[in-house]
Amino acid sequence: MKRQVPITLAILASLYPVIAFYFPAEGINRFNQSLDEWMVIIASFALALGVVSMIMVNLHKVRRRQKGWIFGLITLAAFAMMASFGLLGGQGSRELADGTTRLEPFTWVFQFMYSPLQSTMFSLLAFYVASASYRAFRVRNVEATLLLVGALIIMLGRVPLGAHLLPGIESWRIPGVADVAEWIMKYPNAAGQRGVIIGAALGAASMSIRVMVGIERPYLGKS
Amino acid sequence: MRNRTWTGLLCAALLLAAGRARGDELQLGLTVADTPSDDGRSLTLSWNEAPAALALILAQYPQPSGETDLRLLIERRAAGDTAFVHAGSTELSAGAFVDPGLERGREYAYRLILEPAEGVLLASETSAPVAPRANFFRLYRINALVMMLLMGGLVIGFIMAARSGRELYIRRIAGLDAIDEAIGRATEMGRKVLFVPGIISISEPQTLAALGILGYVAKLTAKYGTQLEVPNADPLTMAAAREIVKQSYMEAGSPEGFREDMVHYITQDQFAYAGAVSGIMVRDRPAANFLLGWFAAESLFLSETGQSINAIQIAGTGQVTQLPFFVAACDYTMLGEELFAASAYLSRDPLILGSIKGQDMMKAVILIAVIVGVIMASLGVRGYVDWFAAL
Repeated sequence: MKRQVPITLAILASLYPVIAFYFPAEGINRFNQSLDEWMVIIASFALALGVVSMIMVNLHKVRRRQKGWIFGLITLAAFAMMASFGLLGGQGSRELADGTTRLEPFTWVFQFMYSPLQSTMFSLLAFYVASASYRAFRVRNVEATLLLVGALIIMLGRVPLGAHLLPGIESWRIPGVADVAEWIMKYPNAAGQRGVIIGAALGAASMSIRVMVGIERPYLGKS
Repeated sequence: MRNRTWTGLLCAALLLAAGRARGDELQLGLTVADTPSDDGRSLTLSWNEAPAALALILAQYPQPSGETDLRLLIERRAAGDTAFVHAGSTELSAGAFVDPGLERGREYAYRLILEPAEGVLLASETSAPVAPRANFFRLYRINALVMMLLMGGLVIGFIMAARSGRELYIRRIAGLDAIDEAIGRATEMGRKVLFVPGIISISEPQTLAALGILGYVAKLTAKYGTQLEVPNADPLTMAAAREIVKQSYMEAGSPEGFREDMVHYITQDQFAYAGAVSGIMVRDRPAANFLLGWFAAESLFLSETGQSINAIQIAGTGQVTQLPFFVAACDYTMLGEELFAASAYLSRDPLILGSIKGQDMMKAVILIAVIVGVIMASLGVRGYVDWFAAL
């Protein structure tokens, strides 16, 4: 019973949206919408579970002065700060008596601390791409050499300098590096990507069928 | 000749003016029908995109920059009501309009209002009342149903073949073979294993596939006494992962080795999560990293940080845009479907192996369909290609 109930629920919950996908009857679709709403509600309760886990783990780390405990302390302090700002001050802005607008602390921290930090993290990706490329584009074998040549063509073709240096000769129908780069992205690259996408989609569909018929039950811990 | 032209234009202008006064003289060929394959809450309007009166209207009300398309207002009157209400707007050239959110079984009449200039409204004829009705099946999804039934049939067929004892071959997947090696390395070095199950919820098949591998990894770490850490970006995934790890430790005969803080939640924010996991990698220096599941831009963050600490890295995702980053930075990468084949590969369960064979057979069917489609399209036969058109 302990295993049968979750398996039955999983099978029904996964089969129902498939039925709703093909049959537009109002009753079916109304319940399908309810399922989506229930998932949001359950996820909200699960968020509380996650927050408790985060607090307990970081408290434990700080109490035991484990390696990196200061980061745990910062995490807890930031969590407490934002939670109090949000609960006590709310979001948005408010108009003061003198007619000026002042941002609520929650919104101020989000706008002037969180957003710049997020942009900084995202911009670090440029350096990571450079280091990954430096390591990946080495002439070790035939495939790596092809990868290197292809990458060089794409990189040159995507910048104005490349188009300026290698513009091609129109009268002789010799394409420029920008045209070659465009062709590579449009044909062989797109074809390869679509092959992987089809494979991944079929894999996901097969996994979904296995979950729907109850063969695979990763949510229970074993097949 | 010129006099006749001017006379004709004058008559047309008078007619238009009269039509404006009466509100129903502009003949646009308006027809209203029930929208096919829906839940009975919409009607579809269609009209003549280039009516005979258009040239005269454009002559009387020249459009800026010589445009020939006019704004069209749609008005609706429900049965039992006396006044028309605004239902939407579009351009005359659209030719069709779907009005959603209606009451099933109630009749509605429509008229169209052309707006050739500010404040100038020319009404069309009023349509006969039509009531929307629910349809049983979404006919435009028949192609998806056929493909789904075909795939389901192939999967079930091979599962039954596997059940009957037939030997099913599955090719070697390097990334999965390396799991034992990676955990062994971590055990020898006395360092932990870090498992990242993607950043998205458990409703995503890639996350489910990653959790399947987590069970296997947890069993090995329980057996060898290796430390395991599973930081999560989604609380539902965390809850499932915790149960999986706990169960694996119990099955491996090491329930005392499991600790609740092995599997913990960090944050749902993408880069905050990436920063936190990178911090774990740099401080704790795990010997083996598993990056399996759904990833976005943080994939490069995590894999490059793992590369910098010389950890053995096994990655796998179905996200085509992230695969190049994993291939460049990780020792082993499972491409798309290889991630989903993991549970079959590791468990060698005949039922799951059968579904992998069914999936492969479906891939062969799609390959043949694509080749036939290329030939058909080259020969100008549209029907076959159109049948596969997107929903």
